[in-house]
Amino acid sequence: MSFINYAAREINCKLVYYGAGLCGKTTNLQHIYKKVDPGAKGKLISLATETERTLFFDFLPLELGTIRGFKTRFHLYTVPGQIFYEASRKLILKGADGVVFVADSQLERMEANIQSLADMRQHLTEQGIEPTKIPLVIQYNKRDLRNAVPIDELQKALNPRNLPWFEAIAPQGVGVFETLKAISKIVLQELQKKT
Amino acid sequence: MRPLSDLVIYEEDLSRIIACLSALQQKARSAATLLIDTSGQLIASAGETGRLDMTPLASLAAGSIAAAGALAQLLGEKEFSFVFYDGERKRLHLSVIGGRAILLVLLDQHSAVALVRLQVKKVSRDMEDIFRDLSRRPTPVAGEGPSRSRIGEITDADVDNLFNKG
Repeated sequence: MSFINYAAREINCKLVYYGAGLCGKTTNLQHIYKKVDPGAKGKLISLATETERTLFFDFLPLELGTIRGFKTRFHLYTVPGQIFYEASRKLILKGADGVVFVADSQLERMEANIQSLADMRQHLTEQGIEPTKIPLVIQYNKRDLRNAVPIDELQKALNPRNLPWFEAIAPQGVGVFETLKAISKIVLQELQKKT
Repeated sequence: MRPLSDLVIYEEDLSRIIACLSALQQKARSAATLLIDTSGQLIASAGETGRLDMTPLASLAAGSIAAAGALAQLLGEKEFSFVFYDGERKRLHLSVIGGRAILLVLLDQHSAVALVRLQVKKVSRDMEDIFRDLSRRPTPVAGEGPSRSRIGEITDADVDNLFNKG
């Protein structure tokens, strides 16, 4: 959970990008890393296989500035999307303050999206986090592909609660910062309620 | 059990934690000591930390401990009490304190592992006392906490400003 260090006047929040394999979680972090000012970011750490599939997690620390005199840090994580890394996904959700669910818009990945969403809810519960209470935004990625499912169908299948959602083409950066900004805003508002 | 990072830590609490870390660093003759939340956030540090990139260090240490814990469960163990990395010049000793936090000790060629293990055990007990005190403190009711715990009104403009600078 978010750690507020009153002595050092720092707020630290953990944001997790969750979703099925190859949906674009790591691409989101890579784009953020590429675009953020060098002074505002740490190293992008990727624990990946030789074929660049995420093995454990990617990690990107961001320190974008101060809010009300508190240095505000976001720690961005991705989970490994492939089905057999289930145990790792559960570990990474520990202490998450907010989740971005990255959905692959392609028709043939609908089943994988639905399964991943169910898997996320289960793992959040196992980590003692109420799935309907944690800040969550949905990103519909790969909107540029010809086989992309219409948004209203994705919404019906993946977002019945009508949570904030964004269309994205992560390799081009479309929708990437809009998604990050939205989840950051909700997490900080939640944090404010708690204090 | 509430994670350490879910507790409100004030300046005096942090001073107690840093005093423990400093004592451990000196008595164990280690290079540096870090206290990390199990979710990967750095809480405090002591010793020669100037050249350390502590944010990813904390994140990776938490990942390592989480993986070790999951491995232990798979094998029917409650937990593995510590994780040790042995390099040519640097060594890392990671252990969990009271299920809430990770104690990282960075050793160099001059540190004796047996001494580190002994001192880690001693300081872990002191740390657990601190965590117990913190967890007994009543959680401030939203919006009614002591004034020093208030961050104040976070507006949409505050968040926009963060990203506009990036």
